[in-house]
Amino acid sequence: MTRPPLLDLRDVTKTFSMGGMLSRRHVGAVNGVSFALSAEKPEIFTIIGESGSGKTTLARMILGNEVPTSGEVLFEGENIAERRGAARLAFMARVQPIFQNPFEAFNPLKRVDRYLASTARRFLGARSRAETETPMDEALRKVGLSLKEVSGRFPHELSGGQLQRVAVARALISKPRVIVADEPVSMVDASLRMAIVNLFRRLRDELGVTIIYITHDLATAYYISDRLIIMQKGYVVEMGPARPILDAPRHPYSQLLKRSVLSFDESGAGQIKPSGRDEVDLTAESLIAGRLEPAEDGRFVRLSKPILEPRQTAGAL
Amino acid sequence: MSVTTDILTVDRLRAYYQMNYFGIEREVRAVEDVTMRVKANEVYGIAGESSSGKTSLIKVLAAAIRPPLRVLEGSVTYRFNGNPLDITRAAEEEIEAVRWRHLSYIMQGSMSVLNPVRRIGRIFEDFAFRPMGLKRDAFRAAVEAHLARLHLEPGVMNSYPHELSGGMRQRVTIALATVCRPEFIIADEPTTALDVVVQKDVLAMIREVQQALGSSVVFVTHDMAVHASIADRLAIVYAGRIVEEAPTRTIFTAARHPYTRHLVASLPRIGDTSPKPSLEGRPPSLAEPPPGCRFHPRCPIAIERCRKEVPILEEWPGEHRVACFRAHEAIPAGEILHLKRGSLQ
Ligand SMILES: Nc1ncnc2c1ncn2[C@@H]1O[C@H](COP(=O)(O)OP(=O)(O)OP(=O)(O)O)[C@@H](O)[C@H]1O
Ligand SMILES: Nc1ncnc2c1ncn2[C@@H]1O[C@H](COP(=O)(O)OP(=O)(O)OP(=O)(O)O)[C@@H](O)[C@H]1O
Ligand SMILES: [Mg+2]
Ligand SMILES: [Mg+2]
Repeated sequence: MTRPPLLDLRDVTKTFSMGGMLSRRHVGAVNGVSFALSAEKPEIFTIIGESGSGKTTLARMILGNEVPTSGEVLFEGENIAERRGAARLAFMARVQPIFQNPFEAFNPLKRVDRYLASTARRFLGARSRAETETPMDEALRKVGLSLKEVSGRFPHELSGGQLQRVAVARALISKPRVIVADEPVSMVDASLRMAIVNLFRRLRDELGVTIIYITHDLATAYYISDRLIIMQKGYVVEMGPARPILDAPRHPYSQLLKRSVLSFDESGAGQIKPSGRDEVDLTAESLIAGRLEPAEDGRFVRLSKPILEPRQTAGAL
Repeated sequence: MSVTTDILTVDRLRAYYQMNYFGIEREVRAVEDVTMRVKANEVYGIAGESSSGKTSLIKVLAAAIRPPLRVLEGSVTYRFNGNPLDITRAAEEEIEAVRWRHLSYIMQGSMSVLNPVRRIGRIFEDFAFRPMGLKRDAFRAAVEAHLARLHLEPGVMNSYPHELSGGMRQRVTIALATVCRPEFIIADEPTTALDVVVQKDVLAMIREVQQALGSSVVFVTHDMAVHASIADRLAIVYAGRIVEEAPTRTIFTAARHPYTRHLVASLPRIGDTSPKPSLEGRPPSLAEPPPGCRFHPRCPIAIERCRKEVPILEEWPGEHRVACFRAHEAIPAGEILHLKRGSLQ
């Protein structure tokens, strides 16, 4: 009861300014996002949404790699922007990232086993060869690889799928409380994808790890998520229990998203049709005017008109 | 037989990574005995699991062969304007002459190859200004219109790559590769970082550019749903070899190879929470591929012969090729899908 949430986002906003003196533009990458993840009940919390809608920016703020323009991110009750030195390192061991594009995440000039070893040394204080290699091999085996297979290899010598599994293994080394996985499965095939999301589920159920899972893959989102948020242009447009939302999305963008999932049934017709995105009201104005309103099944939907009499607020979710 | 012309002819191609680590020779047999044709005016899909050699194959097709990757055998011949050019033997200048104008290549993870210190607009000027032959204003308008089709606002022209999201950068590379409307586009996992709405529009744009000019596209992805919606024909790669090739619909409805049949049957669908059968065992190591049929250790219907002999890719009616000794038998789906749960689960 008295324990603060594991992670608490309070009205988090991030604005970037870009361009030269004359053509300066401001991009509202993340706009007023609030949610909390419980310290008692580990969960898989999924973020889906449009490309460019602020998912990675949100992840970077949760990891403390980016400071919110306004609002705050609390980890176990403490503002993460205020952690320095040893406190910061301890935080980093407990909240581990897996990044979107493994080709970018790895230094091309550094052998991947070295990369894992430096993580083991940094967070576990490992010294001897055995102390370093045992946790490395354990972590690699959890993702279907082994130290023997990746030893001495440079990132470009591994396939996209292999590299992404190494990235998951690296995140597991410090035995984190939270894993922030930014599109961890987009590079891998359907069967490995299932293996990785099943691994997430096991981490949640057996080790109590909370997973923030950012993805474009609605099938795995449906399969493993407890709750999710759907983002568009920096705003949360729908938030709540994953399956009811994906079964029957309410916000026009969420509905468009579900409609646009490619089906196998038209195979070979070669008749791919545009999404019809332009016909849906997806303007920034409609988002700014909207508010996250609660619905009867526990979800929140960003609408200009309320669905119900507001009993709760989004922060209580 | 067929009247359509083959733009690309690949014959018996073998390409390996050959390395020497501190005196230890290593060889990764990533492309093994690949023979295929790509016609004018078609989208040729290449599917296969992670690390099956898809990228390695198309690096060769795209003439992006760098050590330790080496072509050991075979040929890769393009016919642009009727002139044959075997890129495994051509001089660098001959290859440069066709790049961008005729042949464009979207590399896997290519969003990381955008020059980090150049604005997107400048990158477009570097690559597309001369080939497009437009006046500066018209050029800028054409590029902006093209970007808009990918749901990118004109403002991205003034941005640096790091100021864009992963999916925005991926769309920029697709725009770069298609803005000059080349005759032959090779794309390696070009839509992996996109949401399904944008992905659909990007695929529709690629299809439209392809059809407008009767171009050819070689499209590589592990995502079978993407193939289902864009590919005319599909090759299934397993451990460096093509094991089956057919019109897309045939692959989805009448595949003969046990690997393909398994792949199609285990496709994930939204709303489905039942665990999918995953193939027993792991993908084979291409450093020590299994003898005989490379699929035999994981194949539920393998027989003695499969362990010893390599099945050739045999012609079937209906533009269909299959490499399996048991392809002629009527094997019920149950036998192929009746697999133990995979070791990764
Ligand atoms: N360092 C930066 N400087 C300026 N703008 C940025 C920066 N990082 C991100 N942005 C902008 O913020 C917005 C959100 O980007 P973000 O990477 O968070 O999107 P995303 O939801 O992760 O997209 P994707 O699905 O494509 O990965 C985009 O408009 C992007 O251009
Ligand atoms: N530069 C390299 N040196 C040595 N081996 C390599 C190199 N690049 C790739 N390989 C190996 O070749 C094999 C095939 O890799 P490739 O990248 O072609 O697979 P892929 O089918 O594209 O996989 P993915 O779907 O994961 O991208 C893998 O075992 C990989 O480790
Ligand atoms: Mg992102
Ligand atoms: Mg690849």
